[in-house]
Amino acid sequence: MFRPLLALLRRDLTLALRRPQDALTVVGFFVVVVALFPLGIGPDPEFLRSLAPGVLWVAALLAVMLSLERLFSDDYRDGTLEQMLLVPEPLGLLVLTKIFAHWLITGLPLVLISPLLAVQLNLRPEEILILMAALLLGTPILSLIGAIGAALTLGLRGGGVLIALLILPLYAPPLILGAGAVDAVMHGASAQAHLSLLGAMMVFALFATPWATAAAVRIMLD
Amino acid sequence: MSERGIQWFRFTAPANFYDLAGRLIPWFAALTIALFGVGLYMGLVVAPSDYQQGDSYRIIYIHVPTAWMGMFLYVLMAIYAAIGLIWRIKIAEIMAKSIAPTGALFTFLALWTGALWGRPTWGVFWVWDARLTSMLLLLFLYLGYMALHAAIDDRQRASNASAVLAMVGVVNVPIIYFSVHWWNTLHQGASITVTEAPTMAMIMFVTLMIMVLATWVYSIAVVLARARVELLERERTARWVQERLEGERR
Amino acid sequence: MADREFRAVALAAERGDRRLFDDIDFTLSPGQLLQVSGRNGCGKTSLLRILSGLSRPVAGQVYWGDEPIQSVDGGTGSCLGYLGHQNALKEDLTAEENILIAGGLGGGRPDREDVLAMLASLGLAGYEDLPVRYLSQGQKRRVALARLLLQPRPLLILDEPYAALDVQVIEVLRSAIEAHLARKGMIVITTHQAVDIDGDCHNLRLG
Repeated sequence: MFRPLLALLRRDLTLALRRPQDALTVVGFFVVVVALFPLGIGPDPEFLRSLAPGVLWVAALLAVMLSLERLFSDDYRDGTLEQMLLVPEPLGLLVLTKIFAHWLITGLPLVLISPLLAVQLNLRPEEILILMAALLLGTPILSLIGAIGAALTLGLRGGGVLIALLILPLYAPPLILGAGAVDAVMHGASAQAHLSLLGAMMVFALFATPWATAAAVRIMLD
Repeated sequence: MSERGIQWFRFTAPANFYDLAGRLIPWFAALTIALFGVGLYMGLVVAPSDYQQGDSYRIIYIHVPTAWMGMFLYVLMAIYAAIGLIWRIKIAEIMAKSIAPTGALFTFLALWTGALWGRPTWGVFWVWDARLTSMLLLLFLYLGYMALHAAIDDRQRASNASAVLAMVGVVNVPIIYFSVHWWNTLHQGASITVTEAPTMAMIMFVTLMIMVLATWVYSIAVVLARARVELLERERTARWVQERLEGERR
Repeated sequence: MADREFRAVALAAERGDRRLFDDIDFTLSPGQLLQVSGRNGCGKTSLLRILSGLSRPVAGQVYWGDEPIQSVDGGTGSCLGYLGHQNALKEDLTAEENILIAGGLGGGRPDREDVLAMLASLGLAGYEDLPVRYLSQGQKRRVALARLLLQPRPLLILDEPYAALDVQVIEVLRSAIEAHLARKGMIVITTHQAVDIDGDCHNLRLG
């Protein structure tokens, strides 16, 4: 039952290791976008600090979104996605495995690099901890929802821009909760409510979105 | 029961739908004009001014019906899209596609009138109020649906793919709505409470309902008209289309 | 190998507004081969995709035994192997890795020795460790064929398998097809080249 999924996971990770620049580009984008914000709004440390949760979250969200175009498109172009429809394994599970691999390659590095950027924006250690927790719960949601958009734009001209229009509105709830968690700690409140809602949302996305993505893949390959 | 079932099913046959819609549209169009005429007259002339907001409150006669319709039509669109996707009923696919522009229009009007109302009331055109923000996100969902539909060349695939998007969107609408509300209360933002006027005069209520009804019949007329054109285009090789076009040419 | 019949009932397909074909019916029994022929653009590939359950027909149904092809017990992939126009190879992986991973995905536990032997029999000895990116079109096609032949499926659906292959490899493929039929397997194939196959062959002409 799980052997095919492991084979797929190993394949995607191997491919990513052979082309590490793809994953590094995403992290680079995240870092550069955050670095541009102070240039746009001024270097005042207190002001930057108050904007930090939103800036970090929006930048992470855009980085995940940009990386999503590649989630299925390579497999679509060389025909391996088509062969995946013929694997005796539920497509929803295969899709979930691919999303997990994608998160390991792009989402996790964002979480790991975020403390560095948070320090630049003057967040305190306990706030950084909450930021990482929120990103750890939130980036999988972004990948899971985004996968639907990636599947729906397979083989379309201008797919990248279209993905943004399709999924950015759906990113509002995780953004509100994730940035809100850090904001709450900054104002001396507890982030527990935010984080538990974020966790609940992740569990829901984990169960619901792979089937929608699988349906979308089938439709686009029909 | 079974006879009724068959009769209902008859209208899902393209030719019957086309004929029935053709007969209904003039009636709904006439009703639209009548109801908008009466409703606007009552709203702008007959109904009294608000003791606090003066005449600027009158925009709720447009704002509230369009906002309701914008939200309702998205749900309706998703239901039609789901029916079309699951049972492969062509009319349902066409209805979903035809509803989208009207829903987007109403959502846009609700935002526009909300901004116009905000200027005299709050002094700014836009406040990041929970309701306005969720309406804005709803407009983006509509735009995404229409963009995806337009981006896919194959008609069947376009219908199926955008149906998935509509269903994902409709699941998300309540989540978006509640999270935006939550965000708003946490940030102590301003809230437009125009619909929660403590004592709404009877005349105001009646006028509002007339305007709501007007947006309903307008939606029905426009969506049916759009669906009819879409149906002709999709079925242009079918015999019933040829027959009807011959008939109209004569 | 196969214990059931493969049936198509009243299949129809469209591309855009154009009807490609109507009322395609056939029954394939174990040990039989069906060659689909017709001019370009008559819907051969569409038919093969419908037969493999990748596309839905406008009308009609495909059956594996008594089950519709989309809801075969254990998934469509458990009864058929499909080779389309694309080779479905990852360019960054070697030929051997490609085949081993595809086998693992299919639920099998492919044996490395078998893979090397199959690649050698298709004239790819010495190319196993090269990323597929560096292989020629014909060599890539051979890797895809090796992958397909190493997955034991009762029904093989082959879309232009001889394309870009040289004579010796066509000969190897021909004997593989004959062996598959002799084992009571079934094959649906489209091809432009006339290759004589010894076995119970039938023809279906489109358009």
